[in-house]
Amino acid sequence: MPRPPTEATRFADPLRWAAACAGATLAPHLPRLPIWLGALAVLILAWRVLRQRTGQVAVPRLVTPLLGLTAGGLILAQYGTLFGKQAGIALLVLLLGLKYLECQRPRDIHVLVLLCFFLQLGLFLDTQSPLTGLGALAGCVLATATLLSLHTRHPVRTQLRTTGVLMLQALPFMVVLFILFPRIPGPLWGLPADAFSGRTGLSDSMQPGAISELSQSGEIAFRAHFPDTPPPPAQRYWRGPVLTDFDGMRWTGRRAATADHPAYTPDGRAYTYEITLEAHNRRWLLALDYPAGGIPAASYASDFTVLSREPVRQRLRYPAVAYPDSRVGLDTPAGILRAALALPPGSNPRTRALAADLVERHPQPAARVAAAIDWLRSADLAYTLRPPRLGTDSADAFLFDTRQGFCEHFASAFVILMRGAGVPARVVTGYQGGELNPFDKAMVVRQSDAHAWAEVWLDGEGWRRVDPTAASAPRRIDGGLAAALPDDAALPLLVRPDLNWLRTLRDRWEFLGNAWNQWVLGFDQRRQRTLLSRLGLHADDWRQIGAALLVAIGTLLAALLWWAQRAPRRDDPLHRAWQRFERKLTRAGLPRLPWEGPADYASRAATQWPDHATAIRHIAHRYARLRYGVGTASQRDTKALDSQIRRFSI
Amino acid sequence: MTPGHLLAGPLTRLRHTIDRRLFRLRPAEALPIRLRQRRIFVLPTRAGWVFGLTLFAMLLASINYTLSLGFALTFLLAGIGITSIFHAFRTLLGLEIAAGPLPPVHSGEPAQFGLVLSHHRHTAREAIVVRTAHSTVALDLPPDTHTPLTLSAPTPARGWQRVGRITIETVFPLGLIRAWSVLTPDLALLVYPTPETSAPPPPNAAGSAGRTHASSGDDDFAGLRAHRPTDSPRQIAWKAVARSGTLVAKQFQGGAGGLLIFDWHQLPAALPGEARLQRLARWVVDAARDDARWTLRLPGQTLGPDRGAQHRHRCLRALALFRLNDHAQATD
Repeated sequence: MPRPPTEATRFADPLRWAAACAGATLAPHLPRLPIWLGALAVLILAWRVLRQRTGQVAVPRLVTPLLGLTAGGLILAQYGTLFGKQAGIALLVLLLGLKYLECQRPRDIHVLVLLCFFLQLGLFLDTQSPLTGLGALAGCVLATATLLSLHTRHPVRTQLRTTGVLMLQALPFMVVLFILFPRIPGPLWGLPADAFSGRTGLSDSMQPGAISELSQSGEIAFRAHFPDTPPPPAQRYWRGPVLTDFDGMRWTGRRAATADHPAYTPDGRAYTYEITLEAHNRRWLLALDYPAGGIPAASYASDFTVLSREPVRQRLRYPAVAYPDSRVGLDTPAGILRAALALPPGSNPRTRALAADLVERHPQPAARVAAAIDWLRSADLAYTLRPPRLGTDSADAFLFDTRQGFCEHFASAFVILMRGAGVPARVVTGYQGGELNPFDKAMVVRQSDAHAWAEVWLDGEGWRRVDPTAASAPRRIDGGLAAALPDDAALPLLVRPDLNWLRTLRDRWEFLGNAWNQWVLGFDQRRQRTLLSRLGLHADDWRQIGAALLVAIGTLLAALLWWAQRAPRRDDPLHRAWQRFERKLTRAGLPRLPWEGPADYASRAATQWPDHATAIRHIAHRYARLRYGVGTASQRDTKALDSQIRRFSI
Repeated sequence: MTPGHLLAGPLTRLRHTIDRRLFRLRPAEALPIRLRQRRIFVLPTRAGWVFGLTLFAMLLASINYTLSLGFALTFLLAGIGITSIFHAFRTLLGLEIAAGPLPPVHSGEPAQFGLVLSHHRHTAREAIVVRTAHSTVALDLPPDTHTPLTLSAPTPARGWQRVGRITIETVFPLGLIRAWSVLTPDLALLVYPTPETSAPPPPNAAGSAGRTHASSGDDDFAGLRAHRPTDSPRQIAWKAVARSGTLVAKQFQGGAGGLLIFDWHQLPAALPGEARLQRLARWVVDAARDDARWTLRLPGQTLGPDRGAQHRHRCLRALALFRLNDHAQATD
């Protein structure tokens, strides 16, 4: 039971520790929170800490509930709900702040610490990078120190040392449980719709601006590992959602038939690789055009995308083989072709006029495609990350007025032009490019490699990939985003070519990150089984796993029990010498009373044996000076006292 | 009432039940007692249970969202919880409890049971709480020390009062785990009867008129003697002290007029037994204060004539234990 906590001074220490703990937990959440909420939480922490310093503790009675109701209402207004991940985390942050505000008893501190743990868990939904892990570890240390400070008062260093001992002793338990605790594949219950919404990635629709926003993110979309030569940059088209339907503003996907194997015959040169796909909460599995069958647990859509059965909620690894030279879609059904020709009536009149001109001059569809590309190349279109906003007739505005656009503008305008010219066409989104990490040779594809291109259907040839962006900015395809943009464009920091050292650093970091992903984050049921069978355990036999778990935990417990029971070290010569003296007096009939200090004991003994009074008082005095005096007793003094005690007799 | 309180009731009662069972198993033990592994018990505190529930929720969440770091965090915290069991256990293990001073008190005054906690470890033992039914003492034990402490208790009746069941516990380091040990040490102190508050003056030697307090002293002055530690300040001859530099006390002549006799049988017949004892206690206390000589007569025993603190204690002890059966168990 904690001691009565009423005095403000006694409570100041735990409050400071709790502020540090709450601060460390809140900090990584701040960029994800509404600004006002983050500011509110930080203000509360700072205010309370300052108030504590000046000795005022009580918060006006109505402040906390009023603040709670107001902020709760604001959260409701912001997210439209109090449930789900985002709103839940916001609520936890609010609770944390309010709890800190009214923190007055040890129990409040306990609640505060538990709230911190939940917030930490909430952060893991968004990111589980090594840095987040380190942050959580620091949070754990601070939380432990906070609880500790409720029971002992010491300087920060001492508290941290005790905490360190606890953590070091707890670490083996963590490792054992992490490896042996049976991993059950989740989810156990329905996930809130926005559980993984923080994850960036492609979307199943495209409107101007969507991809250029993605391209600002250096986050990794997936890694591909090619055991042999990787394909040249011009063939690194990773297919994502295919968008056929256009309403004048937005491109959206069309439900495509799926089968267990691709609808084409793979042909030509093959590239074998393995992809580690980051969770993006969507079903599509990115694959290099055009994948052969055999990707596990995947289905193949008639638009050549590969889909998993469930949204990809955790990092996923799968092997794949690409045949870039395959001919695809030779026998595409008429319905799909019709859909690939549809345009909203009356939209983009100038582009249609251009298309009608193409039709007049080129009877062959293939020639129309070539002419359109030529036209684009000569139209002096600029490739930019920050295109101006376009109105309703976006293709017209882009091709004839602003002439500045990002890949999605190029792809969209080109497809509209092709459809106007009677050539079935559609937009394909995905990633283009990829960079080899020099340390582990993995090809890293980032969100900034997100791209949109076009596909046209030609009789006798099937679907042919046309990248209209390449027409105006060919270096986009060969050299990545940085190469394609003019030098003065605002580029994301790490894509800039002049910051090579920074990139090297990032490459190293991401190499570590990859190992972390494979061995810590990717430690799922499958990996656990592999590891256990390597240890000689039958992963399918729960009794064996349970026994292993029990034995491991039992060993750790026994080790801790041994530690707790270790006899105190008796190597203090000063203590030994004094005990010899006590023994001599005890044998003479005068044991030391438990509450007697050396001086009291000596004066009692001196009264009993007046003949030896001087010697007894002298010994006690020397002992007290060595034991309780300034500094530690020197070896010489201790030895001198010891020999005096040895000589002493009654 | 907060939910915590609602929960506290049954848990506390359960804890007490467990303690009582243990308590019944043990007769009063002689001090010193050294806390060994077998008599130290550990259970989570309420905060510990809540901590455990939280970890379980975190585990479920980690499974549900497949959060590897969530597993790691949960398991690390679980490890910390388990480790703190051993820290709490270790805080009590090897602790020695010995008797301290046990000064007698009058019934109604708080009893002060002295205990000494000692240990020989080179690290401090912190956040130790010693509690009885009536008092709670929290203390930290510096490395390798003897630490005295006092447990107070009300004294409802005269006689030997036992300290009763003592619980030594700690929730060090994190407040999640409570380690405790229950002792019923053979520790008792003497409770004198309460001195009657408005007692009539005691009878003089002749048995009729009482000697007033004010008249005691000066005219019977018989000289100076060496100071004894039990002398009250008013007995010290301060003038003589100032002259000679050594402590001396005034000696009074114990003549016939100076000897007081406090006789059980001469008290009014209507006075019930306890009231008699209280009146006799008052007279003894006053006589000792005035450094008079007195004799105490009780049925079956006579103490004195004598004076001084020793005599006072013998008389009050006799009054405290008068017609009580448990003389035998205690030592003085």
